[in-house]
Amino acid sequence: MAEESLTEQEPLLEEITSQGTDQIYSASQWQLMWWRLKKHRLAMIASITLAILYFIVIFADFLAVAEPKTSEAKRGEMPPQGVHLTFDGINPKLYVYGTKGVRDSATFKKVFVADDTTRVPIKLFAKGYKYKILGVLPSDRHLFGVNAPLKAEEAIYLLGTDVQGRDVWSRLMLATRISMTIGLLSVSLSLFLGVLLGGISGYYGGLIDLVIQRIIEILRSIPTIPLWMAIAASVPQDWSIIRVYFAITIIIAMFEWTRLAREVRGRFLSLRDEDFVTAAALLGASKTRIIFRHMVPSFMSHIIASSTLMIPFIIISETSLSFLGLGLRPPAISWGVMLQAAQNVQTIALTPWQLIPAAFVVVAVLAFNFLGDGLRDAADPYG
Amino acid sequence: MIGFIVNRLILALITIWVVTVISFALIQLPPGDYITSYVAQLMTQGEVVSDQEAAALREQYGLEAPFVVQYYKWLQKAAVGNFGISMEYQRPVTEVIGDRLFLTAILALAAALFTYAIAIPIGVISAVKQYSVTDYVATFLGFLGLAVPNFLLALALLYFGFVLFDANIGGLFSAEYASAPYSIGKIINLLSHLWLPALVLSIAGTAQVIRVLRANMLDELRRPYVVTARAKGLGEWRVILKYPLRVALNPVVSTLGYLLPTLVSGSIIVSIVMSLPTLGPLLLRALIAQDMFLSGTIVLMIGIMTVIGTFISDLLLAWVDPRIRMEGG
Amino acid sequence: MMSSDQPILEVKNLETHFPLEEGTVVAVNGASFKVMPGKTLGIVGESGCGKSVAARSIMRILDKPGEIVGGEILFRRNMGESSEEVVDIASMDSNSPEIKSIRGGEIAYVFQEPMTSFSPVHTIGNQIIEAIRLHQDISKEGAKEVAIHALGAVGIPLAESRLNDYSFQLSGGLRQRAMIAMTLVSNPTILIADEPTTALDVTNQAQLLELMSELQTDNGMAIVLITHDLGVIAEMADHVSVMYLGEVVESAPVDDIFHNPQHPYTKALLKSIPKIRSNSSERLASISGTVPHPYDRPKGCAFGPRCDFFMPGRCDASIPVLQEVRPVHQVSCFLYDEGD
Repeated sequence: MAEESLTEQEPLLEEITSQGTDQIYSASQWQLMWWRLKKHRLAMIASITLAILYFIVIFADFLAVAEPKTSEAKRGEMPPQGVHLTFDGINPKLYVYGTKGVRDSATFKKVFVADDTTRVPIKLFAKGYKYKILGVLPSDRHLFGVNAPLKAEEAIYLLGTDVQGRDVWSRLMLATRISMTIGLLSVSLSLFLGVLLGGISGYYGGLIDLVIQRIIEILRSIPTIPLWMAIAASVPQDWSIIRVYFAITIIIAMFEWTRLAREVRGRFLSLRDEDFVTAAALLGASKTRIIFRHMVPSFMSHIIASSTLMIPFIIISETSLSFLGLGLRPPAISWGVMLQAAQNVQTIALTPWQLIPAAFVVVAVLAFNFLGDGLRDAADPYG
Repeated sequence: MIGFIVNRLILALITIWVVTVISFALIQLPPGDYITSYVAQLMTQGEVVSDQEAAALREQYGLEAPFVVQYYKWLQKAAVGNFGISMEYQRPVTEVIGDRLFLTAILALAAALFTYAIAIPIGVISAVKQYSVTDYVATFLGFLGLAVPNFLLALALLYFGFVLFDANIGGLFSAEYASAPYSIGKIINLLSHLWLPALVLSIAGTAQVIRVLRANMLDELRRPYVVTARAKGLGEWRVILKYPLRVALNPVVSTLGYLLPTLVSGSIIVSIVMSLPTLGPLLLRALIAQDMFLSGTIVLMIGIMTVIGTFISDLLLAWVDPRIRMEGG
Repeated sequence: MMSSDQPILEVKNLETHFPLEEGTVVAVNGASFKVMPGKTLGIVGESGCGKSVAARSIMRILDKPGEIVGGEILFRRNMGESSEEVVDIASMDSNSPEIKSIRGGEIAYVFQEPMTSFSPVHTIGNQIIEAIRLHQDISKEGAKEVAIHALGAVGIPLAESRLNDYSFQLSGGLRQRAMIAMTLVSNPTILIADEPTTALDVTNQAQLLELMSELQTDNGMAIVLITHDLGVIAEMADHVSVMYLGEVVESAPVDDIFHNPQHPYTKALLKSIPKIRSNSSERLASISGTVPHPYDRPKGCAFGPRCDFFMPGRCDASIPVLQEVRPVHQVSCFLYDEGD
């Protein structure tokens, strides 16, 4: 009924007409998608958040202050320092107070308090530990820091230190690098498997479809966490960080591809009878060519949206596994590895700053969800 | 409907078979078997174990035979309830597991109940009152529920329990009931502890079900049969509850099949954090100690339990959806 | 008995709007028409002209965010014992007990989608019995008897066993019959049929129209037939209202509409019907342009931009009103405006 569809379709029409008619007809699918995505406010905020997180991924070392793996037991469990502002004439200057360790008179435990007699100025582009920008350019410049700390008390711990006296801020920067990329890698792998098997299933149909569908159903009805735990536990202790990292990636992708395969299959089934596919087949195009040149591009936008929605699952999975001590292991640093420190209530109560990586997990997962939802809406205005 | 059920039953049986293979493969996967670590453990305690003794132990546990033979032997024994001896505890696996399987099932079921009890009303209201404050709040909480991993939620809860009430809210029983035999008192005690972890566990699923139900309800509310029902003179809420909700619930029932594996998965992690006497913490210990028969049996039991749950949810789906029930008579 | 020279339903200057974020869609813009007892009023117009929205306004079952913002819907209720009461449906709360007893009880509504008008998860019987018990104080068994009778009356074979069927087990034609059976169980005084035959094949269409005429003769109910199909109008209607962009532009007895149309839009509509005996070289006329978007209605007469008789400075300056040009024949067009 026209009256009903009116309320449905008009906003879209309105949206598109605002771009100017000529533009619309020449616009590619991606341009249309981008225009629609721009209207999705949450998705835009999410994109900015993710851009920041990936900026951290790329420049983690530059943003870090202290060598994240150097432990110094003397500075264990220091609380975050407050940043103070002062003016040197008209030049603003940031500084933190020095810290001094004192014995708590009741518990005899060593605690740290701010020592307001010493001011440690924060220097921008300070020299620090050596690293390589993007893995090639050697550098020792960091976004901020203190000039070559002479004494242990004169250092910056924006987010405090962990039990081994390692700087939480610096570790967080490097953890972000691993946690944010493990999702991407797993998704790429799942995407490959999902499109391949889902595509075969949807394109050929028949027995092969039946078999793949049953495999998917079987995989999906097995609880993944205990399986992951068991597989991850069998990763040899002496493997290098890189090998464990890839092993975890593969373990997660082994089960996650099923989500995408279902979607791809559905798309293939509906596209198989479309005219342009028949036309391509009549022109003698090979099956591979039909699949990858004609069919896949026509639903790529949906696949991208679904993949984006998959990343948060993988981040949560990695974090959970590492938290249990079965995923990545020290000296690798990921959000989950950092959260291992916060395993019991007492630790959290005494050193709540060790939970900060959890905030990163939540923000990243939310951002991927919002962006994925936005992309899905943009890819399919009617769905 | 018979065709549908037979189909699902065959699939369930195949899945169980796959689970047995996976469980057994997992047992075989670690490099070095239990004997290696057992010997290493004995060495650190100052005992000397000769190679012959180790070989004898391997023989005893049947670790030298090829995979298929070992699998077959294991399966044969498992079929009659003999899951072997836990090497770490030196007791039969079934004894070590005890009532933990039952408690895991109860926890997952309670979480499933909470999921639907919370998600259905919220999903309906946020669809019927689309773009209202309730809708926005529900959507936001839904996203948050998706974004916060189970173990973080459990940790947060423990923390608040500790800070605000100075109480340890972990566990499933009070100290006096922990090792007591089952009684009415113990079950009441269990229920009073169970709801909190069940709630924690249900949050992620709730968020998902709200999203599915809201989307379905929005679709269904626009269907002609809703107009028909209104045109009959039915009140608005009666229309909503009898027609679109009933139809929108079908896909929700089918989410149960996917929800159960997730809940069981989640229960492992939540149990570890909240130290619940379910299979979770036991599995973690067994895996770390490479106690192969124990961990393999736990994965097997969790798998089979989930497959049975999924099969039941299939039956439920066939029962609620006449389109499936009528198929093929 | 009701006096038959008084309308049973009179819609006066009905205005129904859909306020959306992007602007307000004026779906019905001051439409007026009358329904006489026992007669059939045909409402005809292109899709999007507001005829379905007008029908749903009468039932007060508008989809969100539609709302009636002006006008009256006067319904003459038969209160038994020859007493009558005229109520304004437009001013009722859409969820009040009064409108609920009218809806389905006194005014019934059948519409286009035979495939999906019944719930797919409830049996036909369940839905019909519900309709019966909603408006009559009757036991379940009694209601079942009524339902079987009603299904039989609309020509559904094996009525009793059909009660346990689901809608997807019936053919489209049977489904639409069952739908009509359901709407008629409480003996409504008005049946609003919104494109009842559109989704059916030709044979089913003819049978359904015949059935509706028969039922009208038996029950003496008035029918409001909403359609874009002039053939259906010619066959069924006693009186016709032509709608364009939410307004009634012409209202006349069915013969006048077909043989002496006045409004340029009505004329154009009639020209667009293919004629069997037409000269084969003659091209089938179509109305130039398209229905304007309801966000930006043209100034003045809504049909102006598409009209062959467009008078600049007149038709785009003010809006014509519906007025009588001959007895019981009303037109809203400046061509017939003698007062100016």
